Order: sequence, then structure tokens, then C-alpha cells
Amino acid sequence: MSVLVFLDQADGQIRKSSLEAASYGAALAEKLGVPAEGVTVGTVANDLGSLGQYGLKKIHTINNPALDNLDAQVYTKVLAELATTTGATVLVFSNNLTGKAVAPRLSVRLKAGLVAGAVALPETSAVFTVKKNVFSGKAFAHVSITTPIKIISLNPNSFSIVSKEGVAEVVDFAATIDQSKVEVTSVNKVVGEVPLTEAEIVVSGGRGLKGPENWGLVTDLAKLLGAATACSRPVADINWRPHHEHVGQTGIAIAPNLYFAIGISGAIQHLAGVNRSKTIVVINKDPEAPFFKAADYGIVGDVFEVMPKIITAVKKLKGVA
Amino acid sequence: MKILVCISKTPDTTAKIAFTDNNTKFASDGVQWIINPYDEWYALVRAIELKESDPTTVIHLVTVGQADTDPIIRKALALGGDEAIRVNADSHDSFFIASQIAEIAKQGNYDLVFTGKETIDYNGSSIGGMVAELLDLPYVSLAIKFALDGTTATIEREIEGGEETNKVQLPLVVSCQKGMAEQRIPNMKGIMGARSKPLKVVEPTPVEAYTSIASFELPPAKAGVRLIPADNPEELVRILHEEARVI
Ligand SMILES: Cc1cc2nc3c(=O)[nH]c(=O)nc-3n(C[C@H](O)[C@H](O)[C@H](O)COP(=O)(O)OP(=O)(O)OC[C@H]3O[C@@H](n4cnc5c(N)ncnc54)[C@H](O)[C@@H]3O)c2cc1C
Ligand SMILES: Nc1ncnc2c1ncn2[C@@H]1O[C@H](COP(=O)(O)O)[C@@H](O)[C@H]1O
Repeated sequence: MSVLVFLDQADGQIRKSSLEAASYGAALAEKLGVPAEGVTVGTVANDLGSLGQYGLKKIHTINNPALDNLDAQVYTKVLAELATTTGATVLVFSNNLTGKAVAPRLSVRLKAGLVAGAVALPETSAVFTVKKNVFSGKAFAHVSITTPIKIISLNPNSFSIVSKEGVAEVVDFAATIDQSKVEVTSVNKVVGEVPLTEAEIVVSGGRGLKGPENWGLVTDLAKLLGAATACSRPVADINWRPHHEHVGQTGIAIAPNLYFAIGISGAIQHLAGVNRSKTIVVINKDPEAPFFKAADYGIVGDVFEVMPKIITAVKKLKGVA
Repeated sequence: MKILVCISKTPDTTAKIAFTDNNTKFASDGVQWIINPYDEWYALVRAIELKESDPTTVIHLVTVGQADTDPIIRKALALGGDEAIRVNADSHDSFFIASQIAEIAKQGNYDLVFTGKETIDYNGSSIGGMVAELLDLPYVSLAIKFALDGTTATIEREIEGGEETNKVQLPLVVSCQKGMAEQRIPNMKGIMGARSKPLKVVEPTPVEAYTSIASFELPPAKAGVRLIPADNPEELVRILHEEARVI
């Protein structure tokens, strides 16, 4: 029996959301009195032994360039083989785009109940029950898993990374790798930007900014804060901003520590994607804007007057000329 | 070409979320039901476009739900499906639902199965992957563009940290999101025509669920907004730094 954490990597670096999953897996393993282990798929990252600091005792590497592109079908087979060989009873994924592609397939293959979008450690005393987000962040459900093997996909930014002393043993796992039926003809990864779902701070703009030429008010602040940028749906629809920045019910759901909403009304469909943010700041000239009801801090004012002053104040705070 | 589009029913995006029966049931009284936006705007409309460019294409719709799902499936037919199958069952277990869809898919021998990216109520984003595994087919998740040349699909999809282009032979399962197509409004002809399109009701195949919902919970209400005067935005920065400690 063990807890097995899938470690998603980006250019040889384990993703932050996977470190959260590792910390979660380790805490769960402790609760269950079993070891926590990890697995990486594809060309291996450097220094995996240091992942021991997140509580993982052993890292299995399925180190093969044939696995560098994500094919859910191929990944499922190798992960199922590993899980069966190691006797893993709980598998933990980050509920990021990789987790969403792989965990459901693996659930079928291992006959393991899946809870996608977990936000807390499971209740294990009676029935194994996991708290997850439902209704696009407007509520939670406590979902019981009734199968012997269980899979949990943890929502990014819902469990803190815990690190202490420790080194993991790194072992290679020789899995049978199927030929992928999916040919990847091009890959276009955004480099240098903070991925929206992993960002601690997100600065977001709405139609109140009037046009793409004014987006400096959003991007300047984001750059100063090391934040990712986002937007409301109409802004992406009219191509002021790229579609992958659109947050909300039909866009991406995020849960940063700080969500900075500039000239966004706060329609219920927008809130559905951002209401899990820990702190919400709203700048809007309309005191009746619904966003103020969901906000922690707000300024009723014109973004074109308020934002330059905020940017100057943050510059001063950060010691930037 | 035969396409199966998975259609689910969700509360209207503005619906008030509340629970009854000791927080074990969604309070559906007075709730307006809609087709899950990802299923309607992206999966279904892209399938319709494929039929428009190749009229020999047949689009079947499948939904796992009870009789109260019929208005939703009729609307989907009005938009452009050819016929619909409703598996008469009420379940929130992804494995149960996926198994029903896989069963229909096997019987119908489809070249393509489209699902939405996720249901906006239970947020599983799981059904597509599960159906693919049950059918032992490739699964391309989170597609933003889909083109077909004979039996080769070229798909742009979102992956963690970016996008990639895939080439895959049919048959396959695809989950669809923004970018695939544009929302359409059903026209009068479609609405009239939908009435005479077949809607077949079948009983579910017996499958053991893997999960069950024990209870629901609403998040605690916000304490209320703290307003900072517009002529002193510097104060906001100070608060965020010194008090909230988020910057
Ligand atoms: C099924 C469905 C799904 C949807 N999904 C999403 C989704 O995922 N994400 C999403 O964002 N939306 C979604 N929407 C759309 C949503 O209902 C709103 O229309 C949208 O969020 C509004 O965007 P906005 O706030 O940028 O624009 P607006 O509603 O136009 O609001 C602009 C705001 O800016 C303020 N403003 C204007 N000028 C200034 C100024 N100079 N200074 C300060 N403030 C100013 C205004 O007071 C106003 O509050 C969905 C809608 C439907 C029906
Ligand atoms: N009850 C259902 N009947 C038919 N299709 C469904 C059902 N539930 C979900 N789906 C499909 O599966 C997709 C993903 O759903 P989910 O995994 O629940 O988030 C949806 O967008 C639908 O296309």
C-alpha cells in the first residue's frame, strides 16, 4: 500500500502544482500510515532526489523521450503498470490540464473511483470522502469513493507546499511503452510567463479598460507583482486579449492568493471562475458593480485615474524607479 | 462519417446554488436548465459545421438523464443533431455516465465522439477520457480547433503551459472548448424540425458506480468589501502589503 503522486514537469522542472500534489500526497500517506512515492514520465528532470523534501520517499522515473509528449492513452498504460507493480492504493494528480487528460482514463483502467477538483485532504476515518469544488466554485461536494483504489486530482492553489528535510530514492521503472497513435506536429509553449492556473497573483482587465491600447495598466502592474494576466470573456471575444486569458465559467477557473479586477463588472459567470481567490481587489467606477459584493478590497473610481497611481505606489514599494 | 455528441444538462449559469434535504440535494425548484455551454457552443456546433461541409455526415446526440432532460435534448436537435438517444438514468458518477455513453458508442460505431470540456455543475472534466479508455480509443483533450481530411483529424489543443497540434486517425474521442466553434441560436425551421426527429429512450446497462456524493456545502459568505477612497489609491497598496500581506 502506498500513495503515488504523478509529478508533471515543464522543461525539466517539476511544476508548482505537482509540488502541491506531492505535499498533499505526503500528508495523506501519513494519515494512512503508508509511504508516499512519486512518478515522473518522460525525459527526467535533474535532481529528483530533492523531492524528498516534500515528503516523497521514492521517485519512480519512466525515463523515455517517447513519453515527452502527452498522450493520455500511452501514459495511462505505463502509470497503471507502475501502480499495479508498486501496490499504490491512492493516486494523486494535480487537476491541471495534464491531470484532466490522464486521471479519468487511469480511473477506468484501474477500476479506481476518481474525484477531480479536490480542495482538501480526504476524510478517511469512516468512508473515504473527498471535498471538491462543484458548480464552478459556487459550492463544494463531499464525494465518497467506494473502490479499493482511489484517484484524487487536486485543484491547483488549494493545498500549501510543505517542505522539510529529506531525500528521495530515485529508481527507474521499465514500463512497456506503446507506440502513440497521436502524432504531435507542433508544440507552442508559452515561455517566461507565469501560467495562469499556477500564479499566486493575477491581474485581470475587463471591458472597462475601453481597448487593448490601455492594457499597459494591467500588464505593467502584473510585471511589477510577478503576476499572470487574465481578462473577462468579452475582452477575449473581441480579441483585445488572447483567449487563454479568459477566466470564468466558460474560461479558466483560478484560485490565486490575490485577484486584481480592473474594470470588470463581476457578472456571475465571471465570478464562477475567480471566486476561490483568497483576496479579491476590485477597481470599478460603478459603486453598484456586482463585483464589490465578492471583493475584499475595492476602490470606486476611474481606472484611468486610479491605476497609474497604484502602479507608481507599487513601483515605490518594490524599489523600482 | 458518424459523430456522437455528448450532451448534458446544467443549471442556467445565473442560477442560485442552494441545497435541500440536509444538504444532500441540489435545490432545483425554479431553476432554469440549459445545455452545458461547452457541449452546445463547441462540441455540437463543430459537429454541425462538419455536417455542413460533408452532408453525408450523421450526428447523433447522447444524454444520460431522466425525462426532464428531454427539453434540453430537443433544443440540441433544433440546433442540428439528426437523432438523439437518452439513457434513462440519473447519476452523478462519472464512471457510470461514461459507461453508458461507451455502450451507446459501441452500438453505433461512431467515427468521432465529442464531449464538452467539462460540466459547469459537477466540474469533472472526466467523461471524455473515461469513454476513450472504455472504447480503447485515442483521446485528445481540450481541443480548440478541429479539422478533418478524410479519416485524419488535425487538432489544436491546449496543454499545460501552451498549445500543440495533433494528427490522429479516426476513430477517436475529443473534448471540446472555446475556439472550436461559435455559439449559434436555433432558428424556427430547426425548432419545428426537431419535433419530428427521433429521440430514443433506452434503459441503462447495469454498472456499479465508483463514487457517490455524501453532501454539499456552500462556501462561507465574504465579510464585506473594505472601500478605499479613490483619491488615495496608495492606501490600497499599503494595505495589501502590510495588512493582507499579499504583495
Ligand atoms: C453562459 C454564459 C457564460 C459566460 N461565461 C463567462 C466567463 O467565463 N467569463 C466572463 O468573464 N464572462 C462570462 N460571461 C459573460 C458575463 O455575463 C459578462 O457579460 C462579462 O463577464 C462582462 O465582462 P466585463 O465585466 O469585462 O464587461 P462589462 O459588463 O461591460 O463591465 C465593464 C465594467 O467596467 C466598469 N467601467 C467602465 N469604465 C470604467 C472606468 N473608466 N473605470 C472603472 N470602471 C469602469 C463598468 O462600471 C462595468 O462594471 C458568460 C455569459 C454567459 C451567458
Ligand atoms: N449525463 C451526461 N450525459 C451525456 N453526456 C454527459 C453527461 N455528463 C457529462 N457529459 C459529457 O461529458 C463532458 C464532461 O463532463 P464532466 O466529466 O462531468 O465534466 C460534458 O461536457 C458532456 O459532453
